Amino acid sequence: MKVGPHRLSSPHLLGIREMSVRDMELVLETADSFKEVLARPIAKVPSLQGITVANMFFENSTRTRVSFELAEKRLSADVIQFSAQNSSATKGESLLDMVQNIIHMRVDMVVLRHPHPGAVHFLAQKIKAHLINAGDGTHEHPTQALLDAYSLREKWGNLKNRRILILGDVLHSRVALSSILCLRKLGAKVKICAPLFLIPPGIQQLDVEVEPRLEKALSWCEAVNVLRLQHERQRSLVLPSLREYAMYYGLKRAMLEKIGKTILILHPGPINRGIEIETEVADAPQSLILRQVENGVAIRMAVLYLLSSASR
Amino acid sequence: MRRLLLNDVQLALTFDRLCLELLSGSGTLSNTLILGLQPRGYRIMNRIRSRISSFSQESFMGYGSLDLTFHRDDLRHRKSPLPTPLKTDLPFDIERKSVILVDDVLFTGRSARAALEALWTYGRPYKVELLVLIDRLYSRHVPIEADYVGRSVNVLDHERVQVGQHEKDEEIKEVWLRTCGTHEGGTSSVE
Repeated sequence: MKVGPHRLSSPHLLGIREMSVRDMELVLETADSFKEVLARPIAKVPSLQGITVANMFFENSTRTRVSFELAEKRLSADVIQFSAQNSSATKGESLLDMVQNIIHMRVDMVVLRHPHPGAVHFLAQKIKAHLINAGDGTHEHPTQALLDAYSLREKWGNLKNRRILILGDVLHSRVALSSILCLRKLGAKVKICAPLFLIPPGIQQLDVEVEPRLEKALSWCEAVNVLRLQHERQRSLVLPSLREYAMYYGLKRAMLEKIGKTILILHPGPINRGIEIETEVADAPQSLILRQVENGVAIRMAVLYLLSSASR
Repeated sequence: MRRLLLNDVQLALTFDRLCLELLSGSGTLSNTLILGLQPRGYRIMNRIRSRISSFSQESFMGYGSLDLTFHRDDLRHRKSPLPTPLKTDLPFDIERKSVILVDDVLFTGRSARAALEALWTYGRPYKVELLVLIDRLYSRHVPIEADYVGRSVNVLDHERVQVGQHEKDEEIKEVWLRTCGTHEGGTSSVE
């Protein structure tokens, strides 16, 4: 399906909540073209020549950071890498001052990861460059949700009425909220499975069902997105032990074999092997985990390309 | 206002002549690929493809399409929405092959320039030639000329060449010259 005029309706990508279905479809459609570009012997196009992008990461990241950097370089943008540890953030400079200073060096786009939910929304009201949210605390991670949807769409054609389970630490996950919003907007049915203390109150308002029993939830779904158990955000010490979590909510080969149907497996990474997912399951033929990583570059190329032409 | 440049009979004769010129001028057919530039050059290529077997038992190595959206030089200068990227279908290794690019109208030459750049991301061809149905004379912005030309026309700035009754028609029956209110270009993809 081809979607309407080739332009996003917003100058920023702040979150899936703000995105229209048309904009989401446009990103997914455009990513198809960039997947073809990535398969060429010389996987580089000049679309962002003369555009400077600053990747500002105030939290650690491997996949997202490398994926954005690769996407930017494949589009011929000039790239600035910024990490909080080696910056004047350690001297107490505010986020706004730091970003405004960088933008005044004629930076056109900022990719921001920040530990505070809403940081990117705050900046969007203050600065003129295009902003892309690469994860804001436990709030949203829109490009991850788009690449998850894209990976499933590659398998199924579209997501209408598909049954997708989100399993694990929903409370601390920024992927979960973006993923739920994205999948629902694209017409999929979503269930959540996690221990009740890892499910945020009011999650049903997002039009999802909660199923605390893993086996029952797996029997229902066609794909499962396994979330990482986020040790670094477990401030409340509500988790009795990792072993107990793995026993009741880890995705295990034995249970999948018992259910006896092919369920597509996604994981946003990094994987805690043996905790939220067994190694045999993560590396199984129905696992899309490495495909997600590959598709992430195409999705981010599409977002950067489409935003570069949006009016600020 | 518009006037007819080529009617269906003239168009059929023009395509036949282009086929014969291709067969006699493009060297070893088994080492030559023909690529239509998306979207309108692809229609021209399909017309040539359907006719060429009437003139020769030998066939070209293959046919495909090339989309040059990401190689356009006007992406940052456009006020209108970005063009929609279309399918590139290039299931061949182009290293050391002869490639003939096909487009509908050669106007400023920017499409052909972008196509050359796009083509080189797939490898290093031995030779590249350009076939166009209509060559708008005296309007080039870059030093590019076609090797095979259906018809050369001298077109004023405020006129544009329209291939087919409607630009999205799959079947091409005629070529028109339209007078526009504003100073528009031809119909080639990058103007």
